[in-house]
Amino acid sequence: MTSRRGLVLEVDRTTPPIVFHHGEGFRFEKLPPGSRVIYPNEPIAPISNVDEAIREALINPLGDSEPLTALLTPGMKLTIAFDDISLPLPPMRSPDIRGRIIEQVLDLAAAAGVDDIHLIAALALHRRMTESELRHAVGDRVYDAFAPQGQLYNFDAEDPEGLTHLGETEHGEEVVISTRAVESDLIIYVNINLVSMDGGHKSVATGLSGYAALRHHHNVQTMRQSKSFMDPEKSELHTKNWRQGRLIAAAGVKIFQIETTLNNDTFPAPFEFLQKREWEMTARDRAMLLGSKKALDRMPRKAARSIFQSIRSPYGLTSIQAGEVEAVHEVTTRNVYKQHLVRVEGQTDILSMGLPYIGPYNVNSVMNPVLVACLGLGYFFNLYKGKPLVREGGVVIMSHPTPWEFHPVHHPSYIDFFEEVLADTTDPEEIERKYEKRYAEDDWYRHLYRTSYAYHGVHPFYMWYWCAHALDHLSQVIIIGGDLRATKRMGFRSATTMRDALEMASDVVGPSPTLTHIHNPPILMADVV
Amino acid sequence: MIADSLAGKRIAVTGSTGFLGTALVEKLLRSVPDCELVLLVRPTRRYSVERRVNREILKNDAFNLLRAQWGPDFEQRCEKRIQVVSGDVSQDGLGLSDADNETFTSCDVIIHSAATVSFDNPLDTSIEINLLGPNRIIEALHAANRTPHLVSVSTCYVAGNRRGDAREEFLAGTPFQVDVSWRGEVEAARRTRSDLDARSREPNRLSGFRKEAREELGAAGLPMLAAKTEQRREIWVNDQMVEAGRSRATSLGWPDVYTYSKALGETALIELHGNVPVTVVRPSIIESAWSDPAPGWIRGFRMAEPLIVSFAKGELDTFPGFPEGILDVIPVDMVASAIIAAAANGPQPEPEVFQIASGSTNPLLFKVLLDTAMEWFGENPVYNADGHPTAGTEWKYAGSQGLEEQLKRVVKAFDVAGKVINRLPIRGEKSFTSKFAERRRNLAQIQGYVEIYGAYGKCEALYGIDKTLDLWNSLSDQDRAEFGFDPRVIDWHHYITEVHLPTVMIQARVKTTPEKKVGPSRKDRLTEAVLNEKREFAAFDLENTLIASNVVASYAWMATRHLDRQQRLRFTLKTLAQSPGLWRRDKRDRTDFLRFFYQRYKGAPVAQLEDAAAEMLSNLILTKSFPAGLRRVRAHRAAGHKTILITGALDIAVEPLRPLFDHIVAAEIAQKDGLLTGEMAKVPPTGEVRAQLMLEWAAREGLDPSQGVAYADSASDLPMLEAVGYPVAVNPETRLVAIAEKRGWLTENWPKTPGAPNSILPMGPKAQRVTNQRGNN
Repeated sequence: MTSRRGLVLEVDRTTPPIVFHHGEGFRFEKLPPGSRVIYPNEPIAPISNVDEAIREALINPLGDSEPLTALLTPGMKLTIAFDDISLPLPPMRSPDIRGRIIEQVLDLAAAAGVDDIHLIAALALHRRMTESELRHAVGDRVYDAFAPQGQLYNFDAEDPEGLTHLGETEHGEEVVISTRAVESDLIIYVNINLVSMDGGHKSVATGLSGYAALRHHHNVQTMRQSKSFMDPEKSELHTKNWRQGRLIAAAGVKIFQIETTLNNDTFPAPFEFLQKREWEMTARDRAMLLGSKKALDRMPRKAARSIFQSIRSPYGLTSIQAGEVEAVHEVTTRNVYKQHLVRVEGQTDILSMGLPYIGPYNVNSVMNPVLVACLGLGYFFNLYKGKPLVREGGVVIMSHPTPWEFHPVHHPSYIDFFEEVLADTTDPEEIERKYEKRYAEDDWYRHLYRTSYAYHGVHPFYMWYWCAHALDHLSQVIIIGGDLRATKRMGFRSATTMRDALEMASDVVGPSPTLTHIHNPPILMADVV
Repeated sequence: MIADSLAGKRIAVTGSTGFLGTALVEKLLRSVPDCELVLLVRPTRRYSVERRVNREILKNDAFNLLRAQWGPDFEQRCEKRIQVVSGDVSQDGLGLSDADNETFTSCDVIIHSAATVSFDNPLDTSIEINLLGPNRIIEALHAANRTPHLVSVSTCYVAGNRRGDAREEFLAGTPFQVDVSWRGEVEAARRTRSDLDARSREPNRLSGFRKEAREELGAAGLPMLAAKTEQRREIWVNDQMVEAGRSRATSLGWPDVYTYSKALGETALIELHGNVPVTVVRPSIIESAWSDPAPGWIRGFRMAEPLIVSFAKGELDTFPGFPEGILDVIPVDMVASAIIAAAANGPQPEPEVFQIASGSTNPLLFKVLLDTAMEWFGENPVYNADGHPTAGTEWKYAGSQGLEEQLKRVVKAFDVAGKVINRLPIRGEKSFTSKFAERRRNLAQIQGYVEIYGAYGKCEALYGIDKTLDLWNSLSDQDRAEFGFDPRVIDWHHYITEVHLPTVMIQARVKTTPEKKVGPSRKDRLTEAVLNEKREFAAFDLENTLIASNVVASYAWMATRHLDRQQRLRFTLKTLAQSPGLWRRDKRDRTDFLRFFYQRYKGAPVAQLEDAAAEMLSNLILTKSFPAGLRRVRAHRAAGHKTILITGALDIAVEPLRPLFDHIVAAEIAQKDGLLTGEMAKVPPTGEVRAQLMLEWAAREGLDPSQGVAYADSASDLPMLEAVGYPVAVNPETRLVAIAEKRGWLTENWPKTPGAPNSILPMGPKAQRVTNQRGNN
């Protein structure tokens, strides 16, 4: 299988309408001639023998690490942490790569006579995973062997006995991680590195940590200094995580890091047309596209949502590396870039994007307006290296219905954040100053995070901070098809059509602006030169 | 000269707190500088007579002119010239103390303007005040052996439902009045009251009242139901007395109980006056002032205004009457002046009648009134809350009879619909039910006005004012300038557009500008009040207040967790099929319902339920929660208030909500050997028991109920709502909507989150082997 590189298409009169993701549906937008459309690289050929690749990685570690077999000793305390429901997006078709890796790790551990093993979903302040989600991630065999004994569980960042304070970095950043991890002789962390910000020291320093430590980098100032947080070299978020990670290592906590990269084979049948380039679509693709659009437009949103939420992606594994955290992550980042980076020349006045139905925080859930903003202005906007795709003072036009809807179990603090905080101000700094502490320390949210399936009380704040760089950089944000009230609440403007949106943008960028559209997902990262 | 002939006189006035009375007092103080006034005022429960005079008379804007003229001396001069006696014309001996009796009866002139002008009073009320009032004054004067000039205010409409000329003469003995004994009428009215009271106590009636009370309040608990039942009984007696009054009046040819009692009052007065000289002044419909003390001055809502306002608001488009019908309106200042002129004219050997009306000399046709009003509203539209002008349509005329019938039918239809709606599980402040209730109230009001007004529309009598004009002609130019009462000078177009409507619109508090209201709304203020740091605690109901669920759903959810899919479905459907019966039982008596329903938990293992409760929080409770409600609970805690949850739900099921509340009162089922017995361990917290438990808790915690806030959705929670200083109706059912609105309570409409997963059936997901996925780290 050969994979073609991504490209930047210049739109002319003959270019067919471009397919925009639009929540649980699509839009077809005819872009003005001269606009650019950035297409992702096609999926890189996957590794054919996954199990063999896993075994190879475990016994041939990178950096200053012994092979896993040498690290496993009888009677030791072993903790296997793994990425939670937020990765990958959409969830992976079974068997999930985490499960396949964990199976092999457990085999080695069993062979070495290790029986004190805990498996922890490293979810930091995310919601707890349900039984079926855990089963999906680790596989039934692992689940049934460990969960009933209480050895497979969700991390609890609010368990007063469950966290250990390891110290402070030279910059005063507190380092707090799971007590079980600290007390373990070895932590094996199983990553899925979907984008370049995932993994590295962030895995343990963030994934197994809580509010006390996270607040040092999950804040407005850090996000504003991360340009972008997807580019490790220029990410303050990365820098701070690395400082915390090095302190963890210095404290004697031993981590065996396993990182994996996936190709961007995202959409299975019948949605495979979503990763085709419009002019290459067959008659059948077009018919499917039109047909599904029509059907989805007519369907109640809840029905459409359940169809989309059931998508499981056929990703192929493109690399796996294990060993010492930093050495592993260096290779991983290169591999991620291989799939994602597309070279783009120069910035644009207007950046447009079609936002899909899913982001990291609404798997099996509802993409509420705050998550819409975060997906567009946090994630998509920051998927750049070098310079932002859109020039300073430019405009982002994103497409999403942005309904005023929330999942009451998963996102209770989001509801209040939207009703109370954003109704007062949309300025990230003011929000941080005035409201963050109260939400972060709220007993009810804490209770729901710990016993129900709720994101932590402070989580919506982080989503808003994720947008801080974009909010600083842009002079206007327009949401095509966005619910009027919800869009306005966030300080954005809502347009009915692309044409209206361009008209509105002309107030800021003049009558003949340059426009660039990122055709994402499948995920791409712009290397702007 | 009027002022001269009344100089040095002491003039007593009854009914001085009324519309005409206030105008009289003002006019006498201002235009008859040397008279003294004795005001006979009825003390009320809240205010002494002095306080009433100050509050209700002297503070009225009628006195603005006098205040300006007298400046800082106003209070002092009023005090010097006004003496107040505490009395009541509906009591024998006028309810006067000996000293006050002396003060009152020793006056030179007594102007009796006290009356009850309501057209739909209970029969005996009108009789006691309007018929017997003048009698009692005469009796008091006879007893004191005094003979001042008694000027008694009556009404033109004593002439009854007749066509043609009605002259200034007494009716007794003429063909225009049926010869009935006023004494007989008094006795009959009193007897009717006691008969009706006896009938209201018959067992079948009492049970009917109890049923009505239950319908209105639901399962509100015994004390409230009892109070409501008694209230219902009293209302019934009163309603019957109103009906008795109306039918008696019509049977004798008067449009209503007011004119009937007034007419008989005149008859009695003439019969009993003896050596007391009597003058009767009969005004027609008294309306806002032509010029004195200021053009348009009016007190309270008069007759035609409500109809006109209803029209301007677009609520009514048909007018009870005929275009060429005459509306006999007379400005209040003309009435006051005519009365003073009659008093100054002095006692005459025989009782005299003066009519003061416009119909015979300067008629105002309905058509003119309505066309002029239309024209005025065209230029001065009324705005609705959104700032849009409400369109007045073309008036239609209907004989009042037809309109009355039509309205009656509509109101009846509304009542039937209301009963149905009360039984439907519809709720919410902005919901259909609330609009429905509002519309129903408006309709009832309009119906009332049309009924009353229609009667006057039907009076096609022309009231002669020859004697009044003779009196007018006898006045000097100076008196005419000061005491104008010639109705022929009224320019109706000017009166309607420049004088009357502008003040009516202010009085009616309708929006006459398109601006939306600025500043905090009433709701904002009420919300601020409940969250104020001075409050001490907040009590919450659970079902339909914080979550859209109920004990049946919780039970079904819990019970289905251990069944397989087929069984689960069958079980749930079976439970649902029983729900109408359960629901009826619930409506009848919540305690009884809970006792009955909770038997189903018999034999359930406690540990299993406790395990399930945590999962139920996510799966059922949060999914169906009202986030704004949960936010409010936490806002109370943030404000430092204690919070308490009081619910009929099972304690095990609500345990996961514990972090929100300082205290939870829930239903408890007794346990034995780790199993539930199905019997209630304590009286379940419902109705008045809730109020009691809440108050007991507050007392234990040292919290003041008057500083408490309570949130609930149903009329059965009234005892709890009424027990605190700050009740809040949440997603109220129809009955509570009405009560909350009437009492000005904060009403909240808390919805479920849009986007919440909908499960049609309350079924628990299959129990998992490991219920707590979080191990010990």
